[in-house]
Amino acid sequence: MNALRLVKSGDWLVFAAGLLTVAWLTAQFWHRGGTADRVVIRSGGKVFAEVTLSGQQSITVPGPLGESVVEIDQRRARVARDPSPRQYCVQQGWISRAGEAAICLPNQVSIELAGAEKAYDSLNY
Amino acid sequence: MTPSTIELAPTREDHRIARLAALAIALSLMEAVIPSPLPGVKPGIANIVTLVVLVRYGFGAAVWVSLLRVVAGSLMLGSFLSPSFILSLSGAVASLAMLRLAIRLPDSRFGPVSLSILAAFAHIAGQLAVVRAWLIPHDGLLYLVPAFSAAALLFGTANGLVAARLLKGPTTS
Repeated sequence: MNALRLVKSGDWLVFAAGLLTVAWLTAQFWHRGGTADRVVIRSGGKVFAEVTLSGQQSITVPGPLGESVVEIDQRRARVARDPSPRQYCVQQGWISRAGEAAICLPNQVSIELAGAEKAYDSLNY
Repeated sequence: MTPSTIELAPTREDHRIARLAALAIALSLMEAVIPSPLPGVKPGIANIVTLVVLVRYGFGAAVWVSLLRVVAGSLMLGSFLSPSFILSLSGAVASLAMLRLAIRLPDSRFGPVSLSILAAFAHIAGQLAVVRAWLIPHDGLLYLVPAFSAAALLFGTANGLVAARLLKGPTTS
């Protein structure tokens, strides 16, 4: 039996609307907030520094366990060194998009990338 | 056998709902063993039963079959009252609400495929709203929205086609 005979004219309309919705959602959630321009470094819940991503530098951040080292290079940032036992934030590697974050526990150091506009602000529901 | 002291007199409609709910439960149990690349992305083939029941027997029967499937299915999988039960319940309630509106669309133009796609989107929207509000209150979750909605469109269409085929009845062509 021909599958097309099961589809009514309005079904095509609904399908097309569905495709548009998926495309719109993809544009909203995947392609926005792409460019980050600064990194917010926190230690113990307080903002330790807010650094632009242009240029290349490495910043030492003190935490309760010891010093973490944050590196910035080619508009990306990473935690290069951290005294936390499991090293999750170090293994996360370079992050480059607004809204991405790396959190080091239990040393309470975190980095979060921010763009000119925060990626999702207009889209909370 | 000791005669029961409580006599329930099930109507024919009760039997029908029980039979169809059992079918939906069997389908969701089968589906539970299929591995999924993303937690929560499932074809939702049990919803084919909900759609057929909706078109054949009306909204009330569809509510019964859908909710019985969620509750009894979770009892069989051992997830009753767990987060995954709450999620499938919220998905089912959201799709039923959408179906309640969608059955008002003119029959001549909009078939089961439309109903299925709309319900699939409502399902995922309801679940994501609950996940965002309760389980993972972080915006990082929104990265998954495109994947979930694409899956909703794909599986919604596929389930709708199957339901449309079933509703046409047996044909020999």
